Amino acid sequence: MGRFWSLLFLAVPVLGVGVFAAAMMTDSWPLHNHWLPRDVSEKGYVIDNLFNTILYLTGVIFVGTSLALFWFLWKYDGEKNLGPVRFLHGSHTLEVVWSIIPAATLLFIAIYQMNAWADAKIDRPGTRLAGADGRMNTEDDLVEFQLPIAQVTGRQFEWRIRYAGRDGVVGTSDDVHTVNDLHLPVDEEVVLQIKSDDVLHSFFLPNCRLKQDVVPGMKQMVWFKPKEVGSFDIVCAELCGWGHYKMKGRMTIQSRKDFDQWLTDQERIQQESSFALSEEE
Amino acid sequence: MSSITAGSHAHEHESSATHASFISTYVFSRDHKIIGLQFLFSTLLWFFVGGLLALGIRWQLAYPWTNMPIIGKMLFPGEGGQISPEFYTTLFTMHATVMIFFVIIPILAGAFGNYLIPLMIGADDMAFPTLNMLSYWFMWPAFFLIGASFFTAPYGAGGGWTSYPPLSVVNEAAPGSASAQTLWLLGITFVGISSMMGSVNYMTTIIQMRAPGMTMFRLPLTIWGMFITAILQAFALPVLTAAGFMQVMDRLLGTGFFLPEGLIVNNSIPASGGGQPLLWQHLFWFYSHPAVYIMILPAMGMVSDIISCFARKPIFGYKPMVYSISGIAGLGFIVWGHHMFVSGMNPVLGMTFMVSTMMIALPSAVKVFNWLGTIWGGKIEFTTPMLFSLSFVSMFIIGGLSGIFMAATPVDIFIHDTYFIVAHFHYVLFGGTAMAVFGAIYFWYPKMFGRMMNEQLGKVHFFLTFIFLNGTFFTMHVLGAVGFPRRLADPYHYDTFQHLMPMNRFMTWCAIGMVATQVIFAFNFISSLFFGKPVGRNPWGCNSLEWSAPSPPGHGNFDFQPVVYRGPYEYGHPDATKNHYPQIEPPPENPTEVPEH
Repeated sequence: MGRFWSLLFLAVPVLGVGVFAAAMMTDSWPLHNHWLPRDVSEKGYVIDNLFNTILYLTGVIFVGTSLALFWFLWKYDGEKNLGPVRFLHGSHTLEVVWSIIPAATLLFIAIYQMNAWADAKIDRPGTRLAGADGRMNTEDDLVEFQLPIAQVTGRQFEWRIRYAGRDGVVGTSDDVHTVNDLHLPVDEEVVLQIKSDDVLHSFFLPNCRLKQDVVPGMKQMVWFKPKEVGSFDIVCAELCGWGHYKMKGRMTIQSRKDFDQWLTDQERIQQESSFALSEEE
Repeated sequence: MSSITAGSHAHEHESSATHASFISTYVFSRDHKIIGLQFLFSTLLWFFVGGLLALGIRWQLAYPWTNMPIIGKMLFPGEGGQISPEFYTTLFTMHATVMIFFVIIPILAGAFGNYLIPLMIGADDMAFPTLNMLSYWFMWPAFFLIGASFFTAPYGAGGGWTSYPPLSVVNEAAPGSASAQTLWLLGITFVGISSMMGSVNYMTTIIQMRAPGMTMFRLPLTIWGMFITAILQAFALPVLTAAGFMQVMDRLLGTGFFLPEGLIVNNSIPASGGGQPLLWQHLFWFYSHPAVYIMILPAMGMVSDIISCFARKPIFGYKPMVYSISGIAGLGFIVWGHHMFVSGMNPVLGMTFMVSTMMIALPSAVKVFNWLGTIWGGKIEFTTPMLFSLSFVSMFIIGGLSGIFMAATPVDIFIHDTYFIVAHFHYVLFGGTAMAVFGAIYFWYPKMFGRMMNEQLGKVHFFLTFIFLNGTFFTMHVLGAVGFPRRLADPYHYDTFQHLMPMNRFMTWCAIGMVATQVIFAFNFISSLFFGKPVGRNPWGCNSLEWSAPSPPGHGNFDFQPVVYRGPYEYGHPDATKNHYPQIEPPPENPTEVPEH
């Protein structure tokens, strides 16, 4: 039976690699679109590349160790291996080798991530200005942060969106309000302010490789640059109550012209409905 | 069960006043073996409950909003047999709670820790037998409280096992956030008290009560795993207990540890005091990340013992194994932030937590290499416990490597809270720990009950579990790569995920097969109690001390004073007369010189 069990353990790397390979061929049967969804943000590919880098590195280790496991089981099956066992307690050299190589690899992986992380979460877009010394890229540089184009508020169980009106500042009386309907201009860096009205939510744009938990009591910024027009999902990715599953929004990316037109239309509709209301009163 | 105390008259350990009544022998027993078995039976029952809860989750993901066959009409007559979204949140909350707090932690430390520690170090019992008894009986308030939380009207606790505020603190936030949540928190506190009693006992026993000759570096790795786990629990648990009380106070006394000033959820009274929701996450994960290692280090130890025994070869790199267990435990205290990369925590902290998290993969890798080194050049016996232990190694490779994806902060932005993480921890906890536990049950069953479990049924059980486990959990990686979020009652109304239902159905049927397979195990376990082949002291031919005691050991464990002459892994030693070389066997007059490495 040793042969049979060895082959069972061989099936793990074979099928494992097979499933991943089938999933990565997203255009073909049987696992159509069972991989990273379409990426429509300018920096999304960075995260995809890091994902793939780790996938290949770990894939090699997975296949290597799994094959070693299979081979040792096959070769040292007690029914077949009639000689004496190899009586030894270890090898100092081997322990050193297989500590240092993974340590270096892991450290490399960690350091390799830093820039992408800083781009996504730390370096908020803005304009860099020379400080008092009149020179750029010195310690006293000032950064004028780009203002958010809209504020997205999570609440049970919807996304409330508030655009800066004509004054370009969110939170004033000329703001434009929508629910679950986020429109953004293509090919422009956009900054969104996200906040929560009640419990934790998480603002997840699968197609932009963007996710940020929304914490009540905090005002957070997210930023990205859409590069394709189209309509995409906004997903809530942090448990927020019984209706968590239906907290769905849509993000429409359109040309600057269409976006401005849409915003003007929304403004008009909002004004008309408020006039209508005041007439009724 | 009567056979358990076969040798009990050999020792006059108990005072004569409490002599041998049924209650003191089997119910409020202070014998570590009975307490271990009490933990084992309780946790196996809960394992079954947790499995059924998982099937509820799987049913909803495969056939959302359809009548659940057989039990749907009984459970939810009001909804016509459908799972409601409220009940779905309770399902996954309770599945995780039961599996983590009632199965994995108590079956490793409570069942195997209790049963094996005194036997493997050559002691007659634990250092504090009464405390040991209490550690089991403090689980019962927890069982009742969590059970009551589940059945609280209208819905049980639904804040997830992580219980993040404000959802879990504000009564109005969710149907299960009222009294059900308070019951849940109190239940977890009792589990914590039980674990704390156990951990104090294990540490003391291992340090103080080892048999003559049993130095620390002659301890089996099972004991090292249990020892380090006990230390982890002792240092991490107080934080969870304190945090739990803080949450209870926020809920009942109006304090404001976790709620920001003025927060209103669903017309609740505005919160006073400027608390922080993220504070809970830090405190919770400061315990619950070490808890992840509490849930695997003892399993690693047991697997090491089983693999060395059935490879008939010394464990490869004993000391590196000990150091890597310690390394995992030490690093385990400084990686909790990797659960919070996208939580709103300062992103600069994310970088430091990424480095420490990456580094924890190193001792894990060293362990895998050493297991491979152990079977290399051995004479492998493919017994049921060996198969389960080998599958631990195979599955832990997958679970360990998939952790690196989450540790990389930019990648985590995309896969955080998706099925990728669900795949990861199920590979570690089911593919890893649960498979090791099955192996350990098959392995030590003859010691516990004096009879063998059926090997053929055991292998069928292993084969089917192995197939179905991979069918259920491997596919989750693929779902995670699409971004498929966890904890959604109906993910299919999102355009991005609507085409994933066929794969979910496949997984559900694998999960059903996996739970059904456990019937074979239950049958084998129960029938072998009565009809299993009776065994002597050492049916597998192993070295460690417990195999020198009678099967089952009587009260006081050993019918002789064990003296230890060597480490537990000297299989194939040139001086050995058999295929093993027990720790108690005195060396010959002219022992062969054996190099350390």
